[in-house]
Amino acid sequence: MVESITSKPLTRKDFISDQDVRWCPGCGDYSILAQVQKTFPELGIPKEKIVFISGIGCSSRFPYYMKTFGFHTIHGRAPTIASGVKLANPDLSVWVITGDGDSLSIGGNHFIHLMRRNFDINVIMFNNEIYGLTKGQYSPTSELGKVTKSTPFGSLDRPFNPPLLALGAASTFVARSIDKMTHHLQDMLKRTHQHKGTSFLEIYQNCNIFNDGAFKNLTDKEVKDDNLLILENGKPMIFGSKKNKGIHLDGFKPEVVKLNGKFSVNDLVVHEESDRNLGGILSNFTHSEKFPTPIGVLYCEEKPTYEDLLYDQIKSAKKRLGEGDLEALLHSGDTWIIK
Amino acid sequence: MMKNQKIKNKEIINVESVVIRFAGDSGDGIQLAGSRFTSATAIVGNDLGTYPDYPAEIRAPAGTLAGVSAYQIQFSSKDIYTPGDMVDVLVVMNPAALKVHLSDLKPGGTIIANKSNFKSRNLKMAGWESDPLEDDSLSNYKVYDIEISRLVSSALEDMNLPSKTVERTKNMFALGLMFWIYTRPLEPTIKWLKVKFKSRPELVEGNIRALKAGYNFGDITEIFPVSYQVGPAPLKKGTYRNITGNYAIGLGLLAASQKSGLPLFFGGYPITPASDILHQLSHYRNFGVKTFQAEDEIASIGSVIGAAFAGNLAVTASSGPGIALKGEALGLAIMTELPMVIINVQRVGPSTGMPTKTEQADLFQALWGRNSESPMPVIAPISPGDCFYATYEACRIALKYMTPVFILSDALLANGSEPWLIPEIKQLSPIDVKFAVDPGEDSVFHPYERDKETLARKWALPGTAGVEHRIGGLEKENITGNVNYNPDNHQLMVNLRAQKVESIAREFPAMDIYGDTTGDLLVLGWGSTFGAIRAAVEKIRDEGMYVSHAQLRWVNPFPSDLGEILVKFQKILIPELNTGQLIKLIRSEFLIDAVGVNISTGKPFTKSQIIEKIQSIM
Ligand SMILES: Cc1ncc(C[n+]2csc(CCOP(=O)(O)OP(=O)(O)O)c2C)c(N)n1
Ligand code: SF4
Ligand SMILES: [Mg+2]
Repeated sequence: MVESITSKPLTRKDFISDQDVRWCPGCGDYSILAQVQKTFPELGIPKEKIVFISGIGCSSRFPYYMKTFGFHTIHGRAPTIASGVKLANPDLSVWVITGDGDSLSIGGNHFIHLMRRNFDINVIMFNNEIYGLTKGQYSPTSELGKVTKSTPFGSLDRPFNPPLLALGAASTFVARSIDKMTHHLQDMLKRTHQHKGTSFLEIYQNCNIFNDGAFKNLTDKEVKDDNLLILENGKPMIFGSKKNKGIHLDGFKPEVVKLNGKFSVNDLVVHEESDRNLGGILSNFTHSEKFPTPIGVLYCEEKPTYEDLLYDQIKSAKKRLGEGDLEALLHSGDTWIIK
Repeated sequence: MMKNQKIKNKEIINVESVVIRFAGDSGDGIQLAGSRFTSATAIVGNDLGTYPDYPAEIRAPAGTLAGVSAYQIQFSSKDIYTPGDMVDVLVVMNPAALKVHLSDLKPGGTIIANKSNFKSRNLKMAGWESDPLEDDSLSNYKVYDIEISRLVSSALEDMNLPSKTVERTKNMFALGLMFWIYTRPLEPTIKWLKVKFKSRPELVEGNIRALKAGYNFGDITEIFPVSYQVGPAPLKKGTYRNITGNYAIGLGLLAASQKSGLPLFFGGYPITPASDILHQLSHYRNFGVKTFQAEDEIASIGSVIGAAFAGNLAVTASSGPGIALKGEALGLAIMTELPMVIINVQRVGPSTGMPTKTEQADLFQALWGRNSESPMPVIAPISPGDCFYATYEACRIALKYMTPVFILSDALLANGSEPWLIPEIKQLSPIDVKFAVDPGEDSVFHPYERDKETLARKWALPGTAGVEHRIGGLEKENITGNVNYNPDNHQLMVNLRAQKVESIAREFPAMDIYGDTTGDLLVLGWGSTFGAIRAAVEKIRDEGMYVSHAQLRWVNPFPSDLGEILVKFQKILIPELNTGQLIKLIRSEFLIDAVGVNISTGKPFTKSQIIEKIQSIM
């Protein structure tokens, strides 16, 4: 989160660059771009303080379309470049845009280390469960047995569970939204911005060319309400088209219960964002047959950021040792004079 | 305790140069003894060169050949360039050290051995069939076998220290003895011990006692009839310190940060022999230095690219394997034309190779170890002290031309040391940095607009209103910086990137030629081979041969006068610690039939290896 001080209020137009957007017609990326451009004026960050940094993939084209500072880097490495930017100038609002392949395959190592260091950086992962740019190979979030160009007999490796991975990597903010849920997505973008520390927002994004309908069960009107658990802090976990289902905890064991007399709202888990264990339980609903897919803020807790700790070290070293004196350093240790 | 009687009037003999090598187990404190001897030697005003030779393993089993650590120093009353070839005095703490280093001892040279460690188990471990101190296998040398372990334990007897602690002071005994033999002062080492073990007075006392016991042993026993004196060398006036190449790089970075007014950002990942740069810089928090130990070399160069984008003086250091990992990101640095410095402290490869040993085989990697046309300036420091200036220069060029710059150091420079005239910061060339500013309401900012002279694009920092722009690895349209696939534009950009690097040559001073500017033979080297080549050419010239020497510091681009210089000599000899890399460049660039002298042993050149080659082709 970066402090908000703007002179004249910005509008959506201020964030639209002069570059033609080149995604396939119907791609979920358009909606995400639109929600970002819509939300950013409300964040109140001066435009010149915003930096979008991406890797490689369809999703990673994103920075070209934002009229802010932008850096389209190399495959998987956006977190590393973003870390350097933030350390050089902690005053900037830094946003990493990445795909499921970019962040979890080639960039998996950087992803986990970014999480644990807790820079104040926002990571937006466009998860379409496929490699889009390279034309349709399976990705580390594709379901087991996925038939793609590179896996005609079905993929053999089980997918990552991104929120659980982030939690395991000591992330301090884990959230999820969906390209088509525009208002929810806008809210999540704001929450992502507000959190001071590394914020991880996974967005389910439809690739209508290579993996169309991957999230149909979460976006189709007829079924979505029974498959989605929309999390709200401090509210009981209710879901279902008739709002008649909920999550009950039997010890640490979650179960879906019907609100039909035996269980009432009072028996349901109340969402507590700062509860890491609960975050883990919710993350585990991902890909499960029994449970609805949670969206919203799964976990959020403030911890000191890396850059604050580093700048504190610098400040206290200067206080303790005095401002560095190069002349004195050059002459330190054993010296001798030749006359 | 030793008898306290002094045998007076021992003879003192003046000598010009001496090469000493301390060798022992890695736990014997060899590096420490060597570096203390170096400090004392610097203080008496000798010129000197040092070379530590670390064992491959951190703690190989005691007494094994793999665990031998060594430290060599040459010191002289004249100007010298190297740690020396063959050794005059070999100090060995165990049989393994003798086994490993005996072949480098001059015929008739001196061996000082810690006899207490020449026990059957140690002898067997080192592969001696019988005790060389007892049989006649060392009859060609002067051998002094001394019960160092026993002598230190009696010197420290009444202190009640654990026997392990006592045993660990034997390096101080050997050091004290060498101080006596070469008439060096004890005081600086005593002072140093008091600081080093500030919180452990018993160690201060124990080490000082051992040091003095060694010194007195030389003084009072009759086995050493003479001691030697090496007078001060005719060095330039000024204040000196001893400096290693790695340390000089750290200081050079700090100096560039101060002169440019840019905060220093260092992203690194530990690797021998580059890690010391990360260690050193991590202490400079009060200089505002930001060091970042990343998760791997890719992340470290990534962080450096990010820090450069956001306006810091951004630097990374690694060695061959790590540089290989950085390759893709270096392409991004070239494409985005951001200023940064990449240091490769070369070691032996391929793959993990011999990490503690030296080599110059990454020249091609620096020039071409990236996909496609990706030119980058490369500077190779020629001595430990020059690492400071080469680093400073690399930073200045990177910032002025908006380009990544490679520094090719190596294990020899990194850990080797020499006396170094401490520079005046005021006298270093200025580093002016200009950032892009808001072009105003009605104009658009163009990130790839170039300076007419340097072709440098503008450095536009995030945080500056009006210069918001997008960059990345896709080909850029010149001037606007927009993504562009136009064939003519790509041709133009390939040319511009090459031209920009080529044009840096205008910054170089005329090449320095040692000897005549025309003649029978020019020995052309690059980087760390400077010392060995200069020593060899000096010697050959003393014998009356028309041989000259020039050393390349910038290897990309070549100095613009190089071609004219080369054609003025009948023959060109190029010594390299690789199988012939610079020579291929020289041959293809200048169509000259140069001759190489190449070794790949993990060791630096000796003077005589180069002399022999010169003699064979003259
Ligand atoms: C080093 C490297 N390896 C491979 C590629 C090819 N490549 C580009 S994008 C991509 C996968 C992108 O998938 P994802 O991150 O999910 O992004 P999407 O296109 O789906 O948005 C691959 C393999 C590359 N650009 N660089
Ligand atoms: S390939 Fe898929 S992800 Fe890429 S732009 Fe097209 S629809 Fe979008
Ligand atoms: Mg994808």
